[in-house]
Amino acid sequence: MNQALKDLGDYIAGALPSEIARVSQAHDELVIEVAGEALIRVLTFLRDDSNCQFKALMDVCGADYPEREKRFDVVYNLLSIKQNQRIRVKVRTDEETPVPSATPIFSSAGWYEREAWDLYGIFFADHPDLRRLLTDYGFEGHPMRKDFPLTGYVEVRYDDEQKRVVYEPVKLTQDFRSFDFMSPWEGMMRNMLPGDEKASAPKPEGKA
Amino acid sequence: MAETQIKPLTLNFGPQHPAAHGVLRLVLEMDGEVVERADPHIGLLHRGTEKLIEYKTYLQAVPYFDRLDYVSPMCQEHAFALAVEKLLGLNVPLRGQYIRVLFSEITRILNHLLNLTTFALDVGAMTPVLWGFEEREKLMEFYERVSGARLHAAYFRPGGVHQDMPAGMKDDILAWADAFPKVCDDIEGLLTENRIFKQRTVDIGVVTREQALDWGFSGPMLRGSGVPWDLRKSQPYDVYEKMEFDVPIGHNGDCYSRYLCRIEEMRQSLRMIRQCLAEMPAGAVQVTDRKVAPPSRGEMKHSMEALIHHFKLYTEGYHVPAGETYTAVEAPKGEFAVYLVADGTNKPYRCKIRAPGFAFLQAMDFMSKGHMLADTVAIIGSMDIVFGEVDR
Repeated sequence: MNQALKDLGDYIAGALPSEIARVSQAHDELVIEVAGEALIRVLTFLRDDSNCQFKALMDVCGADYPEREKRFDVVYNLLSIKQNQRIRVKVRTDEETPVPSATPIFSSAGWYEREAWDLYGIFFADHPDLRRLLTDYGFEGHPMRKDFPLTGYVEVRYDDEQKRVVYEPVKLTQDFRSFDFMSPWEGMMRNMLPGDEKASAPKPEGKA
Repeated sequence: MAETQIKPLTLNFGPQHPAAHGVLRLVLEMDGEVVERADPHIGLLHRGTEKLIEYKTYLQAVPYFDRLDYVSPMCQEHAFALAVEKLLGLNVPLRGQYIRVLFSEITRILNHLLNLTTFALDVGAMTPVLWGFEEREKLMEFYERVSGARLHAAYFRPGGVHQDMPAGMKDDILAWADAFPKVCDDIEGLLTENRIFKQRTVDIGVVTREQALDWGFSGPMLRGSGVPWDLRKSQPYDVYEKMEFDVPIGHNGDCYSRYLCRIEEMRQSLRMIRQCLAEMPAGAVQVTDRKVAPPSRGEMKHSMEALIHHFKLYTEGYHVPAGETYTAVEAPKGEFAVYLVADGTNKPYRCKIRAPGFAFLQAMDFMSKGHMLADTVAIIGSMDIVFGEVDR
């Protein structure tokens, strides 16, 4: 437990009692969780308060936890050069609920939010220019979601007859293999190995 | 006489353009030769690195970091290694830390040599690139001797570095370090007081302190604007605390200040390289915990347990306890950080890569507004953009 971070966390929680849902500390990093509606107030406070001075928003990213009711985390990593501190602000949201855009407070949020929209489909309200950023022109879907397959749905190749690049459904010559390392009996899960079908087959009569 | 109406011209800069430093597509709205709006289109080199890392073990994720910013590979491995070590609670042996700092600084010189010389090439100076790349080749030989690869080293691993330096390498690096200031002076002699170079860079792409912070700048882009901020000083990792070096700061926040910062950073890196070589203790370069670091080949020849450890490490890997961290290093380009979420399995749950170049390119619009078309080239050059890390 880092005392300076604890003091800072207590200070922020004391100044914004209704906005901050939770303050925690792990690996010497301060994390605060806020509700979407309070985000703008919290970020403005963190930027302008003289004891915080988190003037730089270094990173915004999404994270997907599909088993939760609000499946997405939007994670803001702020840096204070004056205080030499970092802080992480987390907001939970789902596919429908928009998160207020941080662009009026930090210019750097623009592309980071576009990226989160592109890769996760997290919608940012009042973003000036919420276009796709990293994926291909005309791409559909949000590839960083946990339910989006690693291989994607389409692949491209150059078609010599049409003289252009064409999109086709992905063809895999080998199934994607996923091993379950959490079980003490390692191996391929949800797959039939040769011979497994015999386990459930009825025993032939008269051989006993 | 009829009034002539000049329509704003939309210009596609790149993605195949020698001054676009890779695959940047810049849509410029021009009024005559003056840029009114710049809209960078990125993602042409998007390879889904973050998604791929979610499906790989922690060790298999390391080589992906080489392929982000492919001119400063080891610094990025460093960020990932530090993040995993933080979650695992590992302490790297002192020699391993010194080797990492030594190679981080070699990487910084590698990166700055490429950036400064190609920047000069973009604004019309041909010779520095020829001289700089000769030095790069020598440095990449050190990479090769220590890791077996010139570029994609995969040398910094969670728990230390993969192997100790080979015998005699220390003297070779020292010999190189003695010769390098001359090259630095030569390159500077061609550029620093060069009238054409100054005309192309002074007062171009000016960024104030407030703007630099607002846009999330870091590294030489932030220091060029007069903000004394270096993670190696303010949030030191590995043995940077013990290093003696100065942080150069620019005054004007223009392309020329950033150029001067980088030149001086190379000289400071050289100081650190000498300190590392002088102070480096003997000993292990990787943690001795066999659940994280593989046993030596020799050990595997006679120890059954070592063989099992080796097999388990290279198939299953190690399980990292649940937790999350945002770990940043001062990469040559700026703050390179990894936001790593572990869920207790052998694969990262989420690995967000914070690349410095991404934030710089985002500011392209305001930096080039009102400048001439030729100045956008100087601005891109001074930003130090590499698309491997911007697009990920």
